[in-house]
Amino acid sequence: MRVAEAWRVALDALRANRLRSALTMLGVIIGVASVVLLVAIGTGTKQKVEQQVEGLGSNLLLVVPGRIEVGNAPVVSPLTLKDVDAVTRVVGDPDRVAVTVASGATARAGARSDFTTVQGVLETTPAVFTRSLARGRYLTGTDVDTSRRVAVLGDSVARALFPDRDPLGQQVALAGVRFRVIGVFAPLGQSLGVDRDDEVHVPVTAAQRLWGTQRVDGIAVKAPDRERIDELGERIVAELNRRHPDTEFSAVTQQQILGVLGDILGVLTGVLAAIAGISLLVGGVGVSNIMLVSVRERTREIGLRKAVGARPRDIGVQFLLEAVLLTTIGGLTGMALGVGTALLVDALSPIPAAITWWSLALAFGVSAVVGIVFGVVPAQRAGRLDPVVALRTE
Amino acid sequence: MTEPAVADRPAGERIPAIEAVDVSRTYQLDGVSVEALRGVSLTVQPGDYVALVGPSGSGKSTLMHLLGGLDRPTGGRLVIGGRDVNALAPPEMATLRNETIGFVFQAFHLLPRTSAVENVALPLVYRGVSARQRRERAAAMLGRVGLGHRLDHRPNQMSGGEQQRVAIARALVTEPTVLLADEPTGNLDSVTGAAVLELLEQLNAESGVALVMVTHDQEVAARAHRRITMRDGVVVADSADPRSAHDRPPSVDHGRPATLVPAPSAEPRSASGSGPGHPSGGSGGAAGATGRLPREVERPGGTG
Ligand SMILES: Nc1ncnc2c1ncn2[C@@H]1O[C@H](COP(=O)(O)OP(=O)(O)OP(=O)(O)O)[C@@H](O)[C@H]1O
Ligand SMILES: [Mg+2]
Repeated sequence: MRVAEAWRVALDALRANRLRSALTMLGVIIGVASVVLLVAIGTGTKQKVEQQVEGLGSNLLLVVPGRIEVGNAPVVSPLTLKDVDAVTRVVGDPDRVAVTVASGATARAGARSDFTTVQGVLETTPAVFTRSLARGRYLTGTDVDTSRRVAVLGDSVARALFPDRDPLGQQVALAGVRFRVIGVFAPLGQSLGVDRDDEVHVPVTAAQRLWGTQRVDGIAVKAPDRERIDELGERIVAELNRRHPDTEFSAVTQQQILGVLGDILGVLTGVLAAIAGISLLVGGVGVSNIMLVSVRERTREIGLRKAVGARPRDIGVQFLLEAVLLTTIGGLTGMALGVGTALLVDALSPIPAAITWWSLALAFGVSAVVGIVFGVVPAQRAGRLDPVVALRTE
Repeated sequence: MTEPAVADRPAGERIPAIEAVDVSRTYQLDGVSVEALRGVSLTVQPGDYVALVGPSGSGKSTLMHLLGGLDRPTGGRLVIGGRDVNALAPPEMATLRNETIGFVFQAFHLLPRTSAVENVALPLVYRGVSARQRRERAAAMLGRVGLGHRLDHRPNQMSGGEQQRVAIARALVTEPTVLLADEPTGNLDSVTGAAVLELLEQLNAESGVALVMVTHDQEVAARAHRRITMRDGVVVADSADPRSAHDRPPSVDHGRPATLVPAPSAEPRSASGSGPGHPSGGSGGAAGATGRLPREVERPGGTG
């Protein structure tokens, strides 16, 4: 039998049983659609996180105590502002060094309050991390040197505390101590479910006094160029190790952070795809099941075809094509559904979703393979039927 | 891929369409052996018109399946179209069926939801004939069986007689050497059955295709040029075989109630089991549509 003929016969058979074909395809459609959708969400999330890490500013070096590894518990920092001075000497340019000492605290303004993260920072922060203000001004060197109680609010905090008035010049109480609002950040949005606008920046000196500590949690350095960024990191770590022999320090670049995040999100995407893949498998079992029913139902037809000269292979190919058609038509429909849903999710919800060609190719390829794998047994069974027995079947 | 005939044959003798030598067929049923055929030898020559009779369970259908290459003997030698089936793999058997055999079944076995012309064209699909040629040849064949006006009808839109005509057209569209019909009129009323029978006889006479037909109807059997009678898996009489003492009429227990035998009607006709000419009768092509009365056929019981 010619191949074109075999396709036509298979299509006719599916058409003859429209509802059953559609229901059988549904399993594959759902499987493929969920693979496409979940991979799109995984990929979209990864892309967004990467954008945000890159958006922190270029050639960034983050220096923290402990090791940056998945699963490592954070270490209490032994760093102080003296260490920051030492790092600044290594770097040679104070404008390239930023610090943070952060803690959760309740911010209060009049009757309103908001639990937020208070970050003690240097005036260099907007230059090191690319941050911009919506209103007012940022901290100055004088603010830091004199431990002035001034604050720059994140967008969410400003909205929560001052929904109906201009926060500039207003007082906020941070952990019970009054600060004056001098600026409001431009909004950054969400990242991995975290509100990045839920923070308040105050001079590091004021923050340390607020919490009664000398501690600095981490130091960020903007390297002058990409080539020497690793070497600079090593020099900084060496200097800190000399000053604190008991503690390990890490200097990580954005590339390394991206690598770690990428690994985590890659695993996440893989797990999602695997879960969706299981539903595709279940869909495949459904195809196999229906094909076996179809072979049984059409036993007489098989017997007749054999009587008039169909070879076992002709019959096998006919049923195999039927199974492959079921899964590939289901696969294409599932792809369309998955892409459509992903676009909707991306547009209408805060969850990012990005379609990748490989996920489409994979989903389609897998559904075709599922058709072959789960069609083979019924097809072989059909091909091997004894024509005399088949013709006698009721 | 018709092969040259088996070699050890005297020159001048006709090459048989089918040759069975001491063929047996034993079924295994839950560990019990059922000997459906126990050493059957017979030869079907091109153009033969053979009636195969015998009581129910005597092995007629089993023999037909073997003769058509649908099944394989468990013993003996069976040569179809010059090819020994014992030496053929399943795909070769399929090709052999496609090229040399046409089947007509009691139950028609047409594909549902498929037009008459496509049903008839089906065997050509497995020959790789192009769609256009298939349709042309199938339509021509349907014309020959008097259904030129029913090309696109589906089986459920046709009468039983018409369906069997479609099945006959399907069996002959490949121009086989042997047409095997297992009780072709068994599902039809006597009028329709007679018309279908007449069509088969006409095609046998016109195209030279050998016709082997299983029947329970003694009148029908009497019209064939040759009668083979089976009982308990063996041939007990063969009117063409000199070794068979005489063409005994089949015994009384022919499995069908006598009431099913069509009643004799007015149209007179001479019937003889061994006449030289084919009883091809009038315009068989349109017989089904004209509602012709069943023929008067002499009961074979009288010939001794
Ligand atoms: N597939 C099978 N398995 C076991 N036994 C079988 C099978 N097919 C046929 N037989 C047996 O073989 C014998 C011959 O059967 P067959 O169908 O050839 O008879 P038949 O002459 O065609 O009868 P009928 O006139 O009723 O059609 C019977 O005893 C039957 O029970
Ligand atoms: Mg039978």
